[in-house]
Amino acid sequence: MFGFGTTNSLTMDKPHPESLLDSAVQGSIGRPFDRIDGPSKVSGTATYAAEYPVDNLAYGFLVGARIGAGTLISIDADAVRSMPGVIDVVTDLDRFIRVAGQGGETQPPTQGVRDIAFMGEIVAIVVAESYEAARDAALRLPVTYEAGEGAYAFAAARAKSYVPPDGVTPAHFNQGDVDAAMAEAPVTIDATYVTPSQNSAAMEPHASIAVWEDDGSLTLYGAYQMPSTDASQLAKCLGLSAKKVRIVSRYIGGGFGSKLGIAPESVAAAIAAKQIGRPVKAVMARQQVFEATVRRSNTEQRVRLAATRDGKLTAIGQESLVSNQPGEDFFEPVGIGTHMIYSGENRLITHDQVPLNLVLSGSMRAPGEAVGMIGLECAMDELAERLGMDPIVLRKTNDASVDPEKGVPFSSRSLSRALDEGARRFGWARRAGPGEARDGEWLIGMGVASAVRGNMLMESSAKVELRPDGTATISSSMTDIGTGSYTILAQIASEILGLPVDRITVALGDTNDPPAAGSGGSWGAGSAGSAVYLACEMLRGKLAKAMRVEDSALTLKDGMAIGNNRSSPIGEIVGDGLEAIGHIKPGKQEKATTQASFGAHFAEVGVNRVTGEVRVRRMLGVFAAGRVLNAKTARSQCLGGMTFGIGAALTEELLHDPRNGKLVNRDLAEYHVPVNADVPQLEVHFLSERDVHANPIHAKGIGELGISGAAAAIANAIYNACKVRVRSFPVTLDKLLPGLPDL
Amino acid sequence: MKSFAYERAETPEAAVRDIDGATARFIAGGTNLLDLMKLQVETPTKLVDISRLDLASIDRRDDGGLTIGALVPNSDLAADPQVIAGYEVLSRALLAGASGQLRNKASTGGNLLQRTRCYYFYDTASRCNKRSPGSGCDAIGGVNRILAVLGTSPHCIATHPSDMAVAMRALDATILTLKPDGDRRRISIHALYRLPGDTPHIETVLEPGELITHVELPKPVAGRQVYRKVRDRASYAFALVSVAAIVAVEEGRIASASLAFGGLGPMPWRNAAVEAALVGQAPSADAFAAAADALVADARGYGANDFKIPLARRTLIATLRDLTGA
Amino acid sequence: MHFTINGRGFDADVDIRTSILDLCREHLGLTGAKKGCDHGQCGACTMLINGRRVNSCLTLAVMHQDDEIVTIEGLGQVDDLHPLQQAFVRHDGYQCGYCTPGQICSAAGMLDEITRGWPSHVSDDLAKPSLDDDEIAERMSGNLCRCAAYPNIVDAIREVGSAAPAGRTADAKDAAMAEEIVA
Repeated sequence: MFGFGTTNSLTMDKPHPESLLDSAVQGSIGRPFDRIDGPSKVSGTATYAAEYPVDNLAYGFLVGARIGAGTLISIDADAVRSMPGVIDVVTDLDRFIRVAGQGGETQPPTQGVRDIAFMGEIVAIVVAESYEAARDAALRLPVTYEAGEGAYAFAAARAKSYVPPDGVTPAHFNQGDVDAAMAEAPVTIDATYVTPSQNSAAMEPHASIAVWEDDGSLTLYGAYQMPSTDASQLAKCLGLSAKKVRIVSRYIGGGFGSKLGIAPESVAAAIAAKQIGRPVKAVMARQQVFEATVRRSNTEQRVRLAATRDGKLTAIGQESLVSNQPGEDFFEPVGIGTHMIYSGENRLITHDQVPLNLVLSGSMRAPGEAVGMIGLECAMDELAERLGMDPIVLRKTNDASVDPEKGVPFSSRSLSRALDEGARRFGWARRAGPGEARDGEWLIGMGVASAVRGNMLMESSAKVELRPDGTATISSSMTDIGTGSYTILAQIASEILGLPVDRITVALGDTNDPPAAGSGGSWGAGSAGSAVYLACEMLRGKLAKAMRVEDSALTLKDGMAIGNNRSSPIGEIVGDGLEAIGHIKPGKQEKATTQASFGAHFAEVGVNRVTGEVRVRRMLGVFAAGRVLNAKTARSQCLGGMTFGIGAALTEELLHDPRNGKLVNRDLAEYHVPVNADVPQLEVHFLSERDVHANPIHAKGIGELGISGAAAAIANAIYNACKVRVRSFPVTLDKLLPGLPDL
Repeated sequence: MKSFAYERAETPEAAVRDIDGATARFIAGGTNLLDLMKLQVETPTKLVDISRLDLASIDRRDDGGLTIGALVPNSDLAADPQVIAGYEVLSRALLAGASGQLRNKASTGGNLLQRTRCYYFYDTASRCNKRSPGSGCDAIGGVNRILAVLGTSPHCIATHPSDMAVAMRALDATILTLKPDGDRRRISIHALYRLPGDTPHIETVLEPGELITHVELPKPVAGRQVYRKVRDRASYAFALVSVAAIVAVEEGRIASASLAFGGLGPMPWRNAAVEAALVGQAPSADAFAAAADALVADARGYGANDFKIPLARRTLIATLRDLTGA
Repeated sequence: MHFTINGRGFDADVDIRTSILDLCREHLGLTGAKKGCDHGQCGACTMLINGRRVNSCLTLAVMHQDDEIVTIEGLGQVDDLHPLQQAFVRHDGYQCGYCTPGQICSAAGMLDEITRGWPSHVSDDLAKPSLDDDEIAERMSGNLCRCAAYPNIVDAIREVGSAAPAGRTADAKDAAMAEEIVA
């Protein structure tokens, strides 16, 4: 569909130094606009997946396996089929998906549920006239299994670790000789950090309404971050051509990676709907979201640092063990940020996979950096102490001017600036020595950590239409999972087309619209935003032609086109209307530069000297991620990331019974995401930056930068407060107690 | 949730008449019962709705004590000026529990009878002697960081989750009930709960169909009151350890002490030896340590919850320091 | 069964097991209240029943036939927003929006509780609670927000509760953010 007369396509093969967002004069871009979808969200009228009114709807409730590993022998559907309201028990042992899809995959996830690979695997769906009847029957459905051998305990299974295929980062990377550098260096750190499995715990459970149309196509109202590739996954699972599947995801109640690929409820709903000849709604129970969607892998990271006495790193080693189900390729890319954050000649960054019969490991907010920066940045804190150096000075000493492995320049990099600006704003100079500051029963400490998150551009397109009434519409299969896509896309169009934001309508989350990469990996704004930019650039050219001026001589502002000594309402020069499709694709810039956003976290915590309870008292994040498109929504993204860091540092941990893999804390009462009282007034500061290598809007991803390093800053603050170094996360009070002073 | 017959009772007498058979349940706030029914941990065949009974007032008695209706919501009880003035530990304990929404629904009587939050109790695929007598206990040898270190048995190591009931134990509350045969009885809170032994599914001395109608508090006692709750989040989390304490110091000596503990045992915990170690003593580190030693003398950890023993010691000692200024 | 919701009468023939939340979402087309956990552990389903905030997932519809139920749809509409709804928009007191109706209903109930003098876990003086950050954060802790708009939620509620500190009103925050972007 690309390359026709209405498409403006760009491959990022070279820098894009000029941006219309700088030369345009509407004044929309960057401003802290309120979300354009705000009123519908606060009034409860925004429509999430399970809320589309559909006639003749039946309710599905999923059934998860209650053994840890083995084989499904039988499902006694007759035992529940006669219960009042029950329509049918549906299963498809070949086509049901055993695990959720991974983000961006166009191939289906592992299918087939005869083999039980983990407790919670979805094996059937009970369909009934009411939700209550479906739930009851699903819980009572007799399923028999033959128990098999499973590996549930990380400690026991680690001996079976293997090298997984390369993913977004190489499984194994070696440069120079870390062992030798460690042997030679005057100051070294060799410490092992452990992080637990985590759950994204988006507030909206995974949900699908499957509707088969008369032409044999499927419409699925789903909670999906990447509808275009998800439609492809779903189509292949069902044996349909991709064109026969439409996914609609107008509003998504949070994703954080857990909704990148299709989840079991989508396939189950689609198969059930086909079988009973009615639309089926399937919403996962919260316990099922925990048990049967996706987890962030636990990690064990051996971090080795070697340094000269003046703090120059000579070696960085981060050797990680992670886990996933047997046969699944994805590995948590722990070291992805370590590759590019600090200089140091000798480098060893490895990932080995431990096969475990637990729910699938996949992407959760900042896969890699979110956990890898915990190990690395805590080790940097330990190194600074051993060197007798300020931890900020140590980090600045090792700030890399070019990619330390590839030798190419960074597209933009403001790490040292972020550290300095943060130190000034946070009052870092007031930091006392470990265990020295106290406020009543509370021991007070400050900590710092660097933040890095790789930037990605993903092929995306968007259509922009200009109408004779002077309004514009943007449409794309891009999604807004809470990031602010609706609003920033309107701001980009507003800026370039010279239309007030309230004259722009944005339609997202429908695969009938031009395909985009959706939301994930913090690529959404840069990718879909560039697509909108390119569409508007083309429209601007058409408006210039209509005004009979050179592009450069046209000014668009407040709905008026100005040039050639005249001005005209834009709606009056578009004829019956104009439309253009913008299309962006990654190119050579990806390799010519290393692209990442950078920042620094500062945390002040109190550790209760009686109980070991930890409270975050203050936190500041200073971030540089290219152009900020909306100061308000960007700040909110960072607040969210930092709060994920608080959870990772202090409370979040999936607990699996090592005897059978049962996830014991499979609800929001016992899987502790931070509550309001855990989070103080966080501060966020953006450094001004433009990234001309990233894309034409010069913006980089921001949604995951806020979590990178955040937990490490808190753990480092805990050490500074109480002089207890806990290397096993989360830092719960039981781990601090043994090191606290006697009463 | 299995289906059930539903009746709304208009009087307590009608309520206990309506409750026929061991598989019927009273429902008031429903915040715990419906939670468990959705998972089919509880499967009553009949619900008797007692939420409209006239049992929602808080009245001062002539003896200076308070009579609290079993249907008084936790929010109202916590905010009641008489409770704040005379029983601050109760108000504090209530406010430390659950959330504003849950406290608005949860009733006084229901709170006393909350079921454990043990992970294995909550999953019908796990073995649990409390849920399914005789099936075994997956918590022993399983994931048990949040579970009990006092009063456990080889059959059950569950904790009682209530904060309110801990304060009520420190306050020597009395439970008033109405039985299906029309008899009324008074049960000291100290006699309400049973240790698990080999029947962990029987948690109280209440008989089938016996309805809690009121809770009586004796008239306020001398001393400072505090409820200290230690938990994994700053709010909206169950106690790892909690202490409800009322301590009076006169002429340099501890004149009286009433101490109850949450998060440690299968019931709100109280141990006379802890108080005996304090009363008559001058507030001192030694006296506090003796009390703490008495508390944990019979404590037993199950691995991941071992930490509760030193945590309980430390929390008690710090609480006593705060209350006595020592 | 007959219900009064947002001042309107509704008749519905529903399963005895139906929660108020499912009644509204699945039978009455009132999908504003959200289901996040169905167990009273997230607060997304918060509604006002007889003026009090409660978890609508944890209460049976059949038990509330005589009560006044208010959902987010009853607080305000897109073109006629309640002050709390406006404040959440201005302060970006949400991101994905899924917990938002529950947050706003909870905030409405919570402000009323403060007016009535109800204390909280963090009140120094149980008889005289105030409306500061700690109080709001504690009282709103029954409403999880995984996007973590908590600081903005606190600000939004303070501004409606007329206790916003200087610099923390929506206008002042917007001005500071705009200035930072220009700089």
